[in-house]
Amino acid sequence: MSKKQTYTISIYTENNIGVLNRISAIFQRRHINIESVNVSKSEIKSVSRITLLVRITEDQMKKILGQLEKQIEVIKAFYHVDEDTIYQESCLFKLSSDLLTENDEIQRIINSSKSRVININKDFFVLEKSGTKEEVEELYHLLDKHGIMQFVRSGRIAVTKEEMPVSELLESIKE
Amino acid sequence: METRAKKVKEQSVKTSVTISGAEAVIKCLLAEGVDLLYGYPGGAIMPVYDELFKYQDKLHHVLTRHEQGATHSAQGYARATGKVGVAMATSGPGATNLITGIADAQIDSTPMVCITGQVAEHLLGTDAFQETDIIGISTPVTKWNYQITKASEIPEVFAKAFYIARSGRPGPVLIDITKNAQFEQFEFSYEPCTSVRSYKPVPTMDIEAVKSAAALINSAKKPLVVWGQGVILGEAEEEFKAVVEKAGLPSAWTILGASALPTSHTLNVGMVGMHGNYGPNRLTNECDLLIAIGMRFDDRVTGDLNRYAKQAKVIHFEIDPAEVDKNVKTDVAVLGNAKETLAALLPFIEEKEHSAWLQEFRDHDAIEFDKVIKNDLYPTKEGLTMGEVMREINAASEGNAIIVSDVGQHQMIACRYADFKQTKSNITSGGLGTMGFALPAAIGAKMGMPEREVVAVIGDGGYQMTIQELGTILQTKTAVKIVVLNNDYLGMVRQWQQLFFDKRYASTTMVNPDFVTIAKGYSVEAKRVTKREDLADAVKEMMESKDAYFLEVCVEKEDNVFPMIPTGSSVSDIRLS
Repeated sequence: MSKKQTYTISIYTENNIGVLNRISAIFQRRHINIESVNVSKSEIKSVSRITLLVRITEDQMKKILGQLEKQIEVIKAFYHVDEDTIYQESCLFKLSSDLLTENDEIQRIINSSKSRVININKDFFVLEKSGTKEEVEELYHLLDKHGIMQFVRSGRIAVTKEEMPVSELLESIKE
Repeated sequence: METRAKKVKEQSVKTSVTISGAEAVIKCLLAEGVDLLYGYPGGAIMPVYDELFKYQDKLHHVLTRHEQGATHSAQGYARATGKVGVAMATSGPGATNLITGIADAQIDSTPMVCITGQVAEHLLGTDAFQETDIIGISTPVTKWNYQITKASEIPEVFAKAFYIARSGRPGPVLIDITKNAQFEQFEFSYEPCTSVRSYKPVPTMDIEAVKSAAALINSAKKPLVVWGQGVILGEAEEEFKAVVEKAGLPSAWTILGASALPTSHTLNVGMVGMHGNYGPNRLTNECDLLIAIGMRFDDRVTGDLNRYAKQAKVIHFEIDPAEVDKNVKTDVAVLGNAKETLAALLPFIEEKEHSAWLQEFRDHDAIEFDKVIKNDLYPTKEGLTMGEVMREINAASEGNAIIVSDVGQHQMIACRYADFKQTKSNITSGGLGTMGFALPAAIGAKMGMPEREVVAVIGDGGYQMTIQELGTILQTKTAVKIVVLNNDYLGMVRQWQQLFFDKRYASTTMVNPDFVTIAKGYSVEAKRVTKREDLADAVKEMMESKDAYFLEVCVEKEDNVFPMIPTGSSVSDIRLS
């Protein structure tokens, strides 16, 4: 029994209704929790890219890759460990505007965390931060004691260090 | 006058390019070579049924008595013919009633296209009458599914559905069509689908893997083949036979692989798995090479994986890459269609005879015969056995019948003892174990292969799950032979209760109706046998009947099926009593 680790799964799919449901069902059926999910367009026109984060064993991962690729609308799927990807998460904090004027520490936190204010008005301001989950968590921890009105974090997005040859694959299918 | 009007109407449809979505559905089915489908009408699919009425001379619709029956009939048709089975139902309960059959087709790789009506697009998500999210419900049990909301999508989606259902590892596809799309007029043209860019049905064969497999086969001293339905689905029976005969390979079958090689073939060493034969199960753990062909190492085949063929090298011939290393780690995987890979293998393997090794199977057979088979087939006790009924069916059919079995004790007995001379002759619910499968599946098998004898062997429990399909037999005059092996118990569950739950027979006793009277109520000739001396004649009479026939055989109530590998045990621990 190998150890569980975090895998970033990148799935190139057709942009059709229901594909995400079909993919999430593969995990649900095996009683595996999806830690985060992100769906976006990819580098290939009309091809979607689903990025999932899961904690499973390598053996499980290999079998799930087979199940993912078996789905009719999945063009190709890849999995990577953290070291093989460059990844980010994005988060937004809604905070009281009073903090900006009455609290020096907030300014220091904003500067040192490399986050930025993207919206400000008399009641609240919005702080945006991109980074690893740990960086986001750390910022959350720092701001929490001052009172967070709202917090949201995106799913992980990642590009891989190695090539993922999907365009070539699509070309070869067309021939 | 009426026929003439019909003719004119048809011609006008042919020349006209603009038709309704509902008519397009029919035209798509005809273009895919469908001449028979099973279904049940209802509100959301009525426009398609209206078109079926107009096309009834070209496309025969069989009204089953329940939508589940429609799917199992489509499955039986597909399994007997190798063609895609088609089932149709309305939205809501009609659609949900298809699910058991779809799940069954998915796990047993049966090509099937299911068509469901859906509420109009503007009503989607409003909890409209008979609205259900059949796409969501069917997603985990379909190879592919799609909801059509515009008539213009119909030709492409149908072409894709049939292509996906039948290609590669076959499976069920569901098409859900909103009612507005059925009414909508559009310009129809049809082109069959030959590829889907995100789908590779058959992996490219690697000739180096074939050579590696051949090298292992050539150097093996104790090789054992376990083949599955992949041989039948790939229509690779001839190639398979050529390979096993040339290399002299003792070959065992999974329940769905049965009949790909005749029962009497000298290299056919029997069934593997929980109630399989003694020899192939025991010797799985003594072979030096396990050659799996078109099978998926189901838990009912392997028993405890940690004690399964650990001493052997493993070759896996497989069309579905997701099956490789899923349950059993392989030394060599040969991906591709069995027809292609086995043909490629043949020139690389050496002619061999493994006489001493084959003798080990014979020795095990002798033990099994003495301890189990003798008593099943030639009982000396008073009560009738399921085995002797199969013996009489074999004698009367001379091994040429399609045997359709349900699920339970009788299924294991039917598969163990049926004599198969031709391929595609064993139709049963293997993976899902769906009670109620056999009666409707037998109807489909008989309609698909009307020239063949079709015998449904069913237990008294499973029979009552789809007994209403006697109505379909009555209406269509389908000449299936129905044998109910009645022990007034849910026999297999009762067997487990006896062996593993200290005989606490919780809810397994059946108080049964008069099955003969019920059959007669449906105008099916019927007989009940309770004594051995009447059995042979009754089976013969049934087989000689030109029409449907029902035979109830009252068998010993508390017989058990052996051999048996208890759940979680090793194939080596197979019990003979």
